[in-house]
This record gives sequence, C-alpha cells and structure tokens, in this order.
Amino acid sequence: MIRSITRQKPAEEIERLLDGMGRIFIIGCGTCVTLTRTGGLPEVEAMKKSLSEKGKVVTGTTVVPVACDNLTGEILGEVENQIKQADALLIMTCAYGVQTIARQMKKMVIPALDTLFIGKETGAGEFNEVCSQCGTCIIGETGGICPVTACHKGLVNGPCGGTNNGKCEIDNTKDCAWTMIYNRLSELGRLDAMRKYQKPRNHLGEPSPGKFAIPAE
Amino acid sequence: MPSAFKKALDSGKFIITCEAAPGKGTNLEKMKHHIELLKDKVDGMNVTDHQSSVMRYPSLGGAILVKEMGGEPILQMTCRDRNRMALQADLLFASSRGVHNVLCLTGDSVMLGDHKEAKPVFDLDSSQLVAAVRTLEKGRDMAGNELDGGVRFCAGAIVTPEANPIEPQLIKFEKKLEAGAEFIQTQAVYDMENFKKFMEYARQFPVKILAGIILLTSAPMARFMNKNVAGVTVPQDLIDEMASAPKGGALNKGIEIAGRMIRQIKEENICDGVHVMAIGKEEKVVDIMAAAGL
Repeated sequence: MIRSITRQKPAEEIERLLDGMGRIFIIGCGTCVTLTRTGGLPEVEAMKKSLSEKGKVVTGTTVVPVACDNLTGEILGEVENQIKQADALLIMTCAYGVQTIARQMKKMVIPALDTLFIGKETGAGEFNEVCSQCGTCIIGETGGICPVTACHKGLVNGPCGGTNNGKCEIDNTKDCAWTMIYNRLSELGRLDAMRKYQKPRNHLGEPSPGKFAIPAE
Repeated sequence: MPSAFKKALDSGKFIITCEAAPGKGTNLEKMKHHIELLKDKVDGMNVTDHQSSVMRYPSLGGAILVKEMGGEPILQMTCRDRNRMALQADLLFASSRGVHNVLCLTGDSVMLGDHKEAKPVFDLDSSQLVAAVRTLEKGRDMAGNELDGGVRFCAGAIVTPEANPIEPQLIKFEKKLEAGAEFIQTQAVYDMENFKKFMEYARQFPVKILAGIILLTSAPMARFMNKNVAGVTVPQDLIDEMASAPKGGALNKGIEIAGRMIRQIKEENICDGVHVMAIGKEEKVVDIMAAAGL
C-alpha cells in the first residue's frame, strides 16, 4: 500500500497562517494521516484544544473518510453551518486533501501539515519514498530499485563518494541506494547492468504539471 | 596542444598537485599568496568548487587567477549547482581563458553546507560530466549542435579507495575511465597497505592515479574525519602519533606524516603522484614537500 506521508507544520507557522482569523473549522482525514498519526481524530482534537487555548473559536471539527475523494464536498455539506461560521478551514490532511477541499468549498484553506512524499509501507509503521514519478523509469536496469528516488542526488551511474558503510552522507539512517542496487544485482548475477553507462536523464519525461486523460473509446 | 599538467602526467615524472581554495568574498589575497608560493613548485593547482557545499568565490574565477599568475590550474567542477547547460557554458568559458584541466566531481550534498535550503541540481553525474567534456572536444554540445570554436581539456575524476563497500565504487571508477578520464585523484589515503591493494587493481587501467594526502593538523581533527568524512580512515597508530606530538607541535607532526607518506609512495612507486590537500594551510605544502624530500 502507498500512503501520502505528512508532518505537522510548526505551531508558529500555523499561528502565522491563522493570523487575523478568529473562527476556525478543523478537518482531518480517516486514511493516510490517521495511519501516520498526523491528522486523525486524536490529532484533530489536540489541535482544537491548542487553538482554543490560543483564543481561537473552533466552530467545529470533522474527520472525513478520504479527503482526496471527490465525495468529500458532499460529506462536508453535513457540517455546512459550522463551516459557514468559520473564517478559514484548518486542514489536517495531505495536500491532495487540502486541494480537493479548496476546489469544493468557497473558503480559505490553511494546511496544518506538510506533505513529504508518497511512501511505500516497507515495514510495520515504516514508510519509504521509492518512486518520484519522474516519467522515465530506469529500474529495469537497477534490479527494481530506483536510484532517481532512493539516491539523495538521483545519481544513475553508481554511488558518490559520500556513501558510508551502506548509508547516505546526509543521514546514516538512510540506505545508500547504490549499495542496495549493487547487492540486489549481485544476488541476481546481473552486475553487468550496473556496469552499463547511463546517459544523462531526460528530466522532463512528463513536464510539470503532469496531466493525463483516459482516451475516449 | 596538451596542457602543461597533461604533459607532466605523460612525462612519467612523479606528479604533485595541491589546492588553491577561493574564500568567501572578493578578497583574493590569501589565495594569491598561496598561488605565488606554490605555482612553480607543483604540477597543477586544483581550484575547489564551493568546497563542502559552502558558497564561495567561484572555482572558475580562481582557476583564471591561477592562470593569470602563471600557474597551472585544474578546475574542479561539481554537478551540484549547475545543470548541463551551465556546466557546458562554463567549460567553454574555461577553455577560452586558458584553463585546460578539469576535475569532474559529483559534489557534496547541499545539506552539508551553508545554504541548506538551496535546490540541488545533479542534472549530470560525474561520469556524465567527463563524457560531456569529451563531447565538447569533438566540436559538438550535448544536444549534438555544432560549436563555433572548440575546447580542449585534460579531464580527471576522483575515487574513494577506502569506500565501504568498495565494489560499487570500483564500478563507478571504471565508468569514469570509459567516459574518458585521463587522471584520477583519490580521496585521502592513510593506510598504505590498503592503498597498495587498490593500486594492484587500478594498475590494470591506462590512467594516472594521484593519491590524496590530507594534512593532519591534530589528533582530534583525525578523529573528526574518521567520524564525519565518508571514505576516510585514519588508522589508530597515526592518531596516536599525532597525539604524541609535544604541545604546539601537532601541525609539524602532521607535516612529517604527510611527507613520510609521499616519500613512501614515490620510493615504492605505488602510484603516479600525489594530490596534497592542506585545507586552509596551503602554505604548509612547501614544508610537506621538503619533508617528502621533493
């Protein structure tokens, strides 16, 4: 399963974003942010308490099942009056949820979380970024491990000099992608794939902003 | 016409290169002092490129300064801050101003430096940058367009002989050679027996290898490198030797150790030369060379 991985913004930033807005409605989400404990029911309750202590009026709270779903607008219709009374919506979902809600409600939206990456659950309670959706997939030659994502520098021809006992120079809790790729290809007896020179990447596989429409039948 | 550094590499003599590190700001006096002191004593002076990801006067400006002062510059270029267009343009600029040696590096993470929120580039990697140099030399840019006026370079790259694990590092090393690297500078080496093992492997390739020598300035500095610098290992006996120096004598002890290593590399013909990194104490390179008997 993949999840949208988030982190709560610092309290000072949230306070600054809410400056001049006295009445707030808080929205959480029952999916990714509940799992990562950044925007589920307990976090929404804690935010309500914290804002109330700072003198804000919390007009109401809700935790929608899947904030990024287009049905979210209809679900929020049930708390329409409380939303109407608010100056802004403080949204404790990932940015997909925030943008879905912004499109559907005629209200200022304030994200309470930063969206970090789309994470693959790799262990109990552990998520890693394994794909950055670059549009030019090269993992057919790297044993199924993406160096564009898993290497801090996105290097495609092998490790940099910062690789350190199988870990990355920026953080010794992060694996060195090229040590992982080497080990995987070594196991598979396919180190020849790593020896192959990779040309400079096409960084515009899908020029930002990405767009896709299902072709008409 | 090959660069003076390339001629020196091809001559078979024992090569010695050092560094000239641009500072933060436009005061170039310290760098000029180091260039003046060393330009006639070494075969080339590396000009570092925002070393350790700390923003400074640019390596290209420093390399031109070395050239203007009569030295032989080796332009360090990292892939951290420029995309392929900017890198190629700077290569054109360098060649047009008489800078004909380039050392291609990946570059440290932006996060290790003093502009931690800057956008990291890494459009190319070090082996692709070497290949780009060779492409430009053929009179075309990376997009295949013809150049009006070409470039010539002696191109090099780096390797970390003590990386752990070593195998992925060696695969990358071979890619750099295939891309066209003519010389390789190593990350600092201190354990000569380990380095000899690396050289047994590296000798099979037609490339000049310059052993990296970082001047030890104190026992805590050696311990700091062991803890914080990837691929650098100062053995305990050298740390003990540094610690045994009398008060105020650690730097001289470091000079003695660096000189001894260089002498051993030369006498035992372990590799083709050395690249001395005195990291801010470039004036000591003269003393290190004297201690090495050069």
